[in-house]
Amino acid sequence: MTRITGGSRAAFWALFAAPAVWMTAFFVVPLSVIWAYSFGRTLGLTQVDVTGTLANYARVFDPVYLWIFAKSLVFAGATTAICLVIGFPYALVMTFASNRAKIGLLLAIMLPFWTNLLVRTYALMAVMRTEGWINDGLGAVGLGPFEMLHTNFAVITGLVYVHLPFIVLPLFSTLDRLDRSLIEASLDLGAGHLRTIFQVVIPIVWPGILSALLLCFIPALGSYLTPDLLGGTDSQMIASVIERQFKRANDWPFGAALSFMLMYLTLAAMAWRALAERRAVLRKAR
Amino acid sequence: MLIRFENVTKRFGRFAAVDNVSLDIAAGEFFALLGPSGCGKTTLLRMLAGLEPLSEGRILIDGIDMAGTPPNRRPVNMVFQSYAVFPHMTVADNVAYGLKIDKVPRAQRETRVAEALDLVKLGDFAQRRPDQLSGGQRQRVALARALVKRPKVLLLDEPLSALDAKLRDAMRGELAAIQREVGVTFVMVTHDQDEALAMASRCALMNLGKLQQVASPGDLYEHPANRFVADFIGSINLFEGTLAPDNTFATAALDTPVLIEPGATAGPAWIGIRPEKIVMTPASAPRPTGPAARPAANVTRGTIVTSAYLGATTQYDVRTGSGTLIKVTAPNGTRSTSPALPVGTAVWLHWAPDAPVVLYG
Repeated sequence: MTRITGGSRAAFWALFAAPAVWMTAFFVVPLSVIWAYSFGRTLGLTQVDVTGTLANYARVFDPVYLWIFAKSLVFAGATTAICLVIGFPYALVMTFASNRAKIGLLLAIMLPFWTNLLVRTYALMAVMRTEGWINDGLGAVGLGPFEMLHTNFAVITGLVYVHLPFIVLPLFSTLDRLDRSLIEASLDLGAGHLRTIFQVVIPIVWPGILSALLLCFIPALGSYLTPDLLGGTDSQMIASVIERQFKRANDWPFGAALSFMLMYLTLAAMAWRALAERRAVLRKAR
Repeated sequence: MLIRFENVTKRFGRFAAVDNVSLDIAAGEFFALLGPSGCGKTTLLRMLAGLEPLSEGRILIDGIDMAGTPPNRRPVNMVFQSYAVFPHMTVADNVAYGLKIDKVPRAQRETRVAEALDLVKLGDFAQRRPDQLSGGQRQRVALARALVKRPKVLLLDEPLSALDAKLRDAMRGELAAIQREVGVTFVMVTHDQDEALAMASRCALMNLGKLQQVASPGDLYEHPANRFVADFIGSINLFEGTLAPDNTFATAALDTPVLIEPGATAGPAWIGIRPEKIVMTPASAPRPTGPAARPAANVTRGTIVTSAYLGATTQYDVRTGSGTLIKVTAPNGTRSTSPALPVGTAVWLHWAPDAPVVLYG
C-alpha cells in the first residue's frame, strides 16, 4: 500500500466521503437495526423492544424452519449443480466459438437476464401450466398432460433459468484467459478432447469454477420470487418464510433472526471458498 | 523423405499465410524454418502438428498423407513457445502424461520419465511444481515431455525466444547436442537468424508465405538466392547495376568498376558484398592494388562517418566520393588495433573478386 500524504490525503477523503456516507446510511445502519431487532420482541403493531433475548434464534432451530433451511440449501445446491452441468459446456463452446458466434451465444444468455424477472417467471408459468405449451405439445403426440407448475420441478427449472448467467459469465471469463497452448499441448501428447477437458482444463480453471459456483449458489439460496410463483405448498424457500414474518405475521424480530441465519450461511459458503483458495496458495508455496 | 510438404497453402480469409510451399525434410535433420514475423513459418509448423487445417496441398510423414489425422494421432510432438507446461502437475507427471495416454506400463513409464529428465538435466527436479522452476527449466520440462514419447519429429516453436541472452547461448548448444544424442528429426521455427545458423543443419527462409531459399546455413549466407535472403541473413551492401560479359559490374553507386568471379550471367543485376569481406586501410597508406587481372577495380576511397566498437569487431559506415554509404566490419585482431579508427578518417576500401555475390531478383 502506498502512503497517502498531503494534498492526496484531502483528495482521498473527498472521494471517499460520498460512498462512505452512502454505505453507512443505507447499508450499515439499516442492517444494524435489523440485527438489533433479531434480539428483541414485538410490542404492538410497529414497536420492537430490543431486550437481548435469544428466543428468536432458538425458534430458528424449530424443525419446521430447519426443514425449510435444509430444503433451501438442497434447492440452491441442485440449481447450482444443474447450472454447472449446462453452463460449463456452454462456456466452453463460447470460448472456442468464432467472434460472431460468441456474440450470439452471449446474447442468448444476456437477453433473458435483461428482461424483468417477474415477466420471465410468468412466461415460464405459461409454458409449464397444465394447459401450457409443453403439455399442448405433448398432448398432440398423445402424452400427458403432466402437472409441472407448482412442483419442486418447476422451482428448480425456474431457478436454473434465472441463475444460468451467474455461472456462464464467470466461467467464460476464466476459460477465455486459459492459455490455449495448454490444450494444444495435451492434444499433441495424444490426449483426446474429453481427457483434455477433465485432466487439463478443469484442474487448471478449478478456482474459477469454485467462484462461479458460489456466485450462483448465493443468490439461488435467497431466491424469493421464483419459488413463490412457480412452487407448490411444499416448495417454499427460506426467503418466502422471511417475507411472511415481516409482512403477514408482523414479527420483525423473528424475520430478522431468520434473515441473519441466511446471511451466516452465505458467509460460511464464502469462508469455505476463501479457505479453498488459501489451501491452493499454500500447496503452491510448498 | 520423412516429411514432405506438397503445394501447401493456408488461407485466412483471402490472405494466404502460407503460399504454395513444397519442401522435403529428411530423417535426422535439424531443420529450421526461418523468417520475419508473419511470414507463415509458425502456421507451417502448426499444420505439420495438425493444429491448423490446410487450405490446399498435402503433408506426408513417412509417406502417409496426414489429412484427417488429428494432432493426438500424429507421430510428432511439439515444444510450444510458451512451453505450455501443465501448472497443476509435478515435473514428473508432466513428462508421464503422454505415456499414461499411450498406456505404457507403470515400471516402464517410470524408467522412461527418469531417462527423459536425465537427458534434459532435470533429474533432481522430478517432484517440483512448474511454478517453482525458472523459464529455462520449464522449457526443459516441455522438451522432456515431448521427447519421452519418442516421436518421429520434434517440433519446436521459437524455443529460445523467452530465455535471457546468456541462457539462450547455452541452450543453443545443448539443444543441438540433445538432437544428436536422440537422433530425432527436429523442425524448429525461429525469427532469429543466429539461432537458425548456429543450430540447424538446413534452413528454409520464408517471406510473405513463400519459400525464399532452402539451404545449409553456409549456403544461405554465402550464396543467397535473392536480395531478400541476402538482406535478411546478416548484413550486406547491395548495389544495382549492369554485369558486362567481361565479368565487370558497373554501378552508379560506386566510383570503381567491380570485377567478379567468372560464371555469372551478364545483364542487369545486383551485387551484394558482406561488410566483413571489405578490407579497410587508412588513406595515408599507399593505394591498395586491385585484382591481378584488373588492378584498377575493386578499390574505392571514403571517409568514416560512424563507428561502433563491438569488442571482437568494429562496425563502420564509410561514405564514398559518390555519396554511397558502405558498411564495413573490421576484426580487432590484435590488441594494438583497438580502439577504433576515429570518425572523419579518410580510408581505402578494397575487396577480392570472390567477395561480391551476384543477385538477379
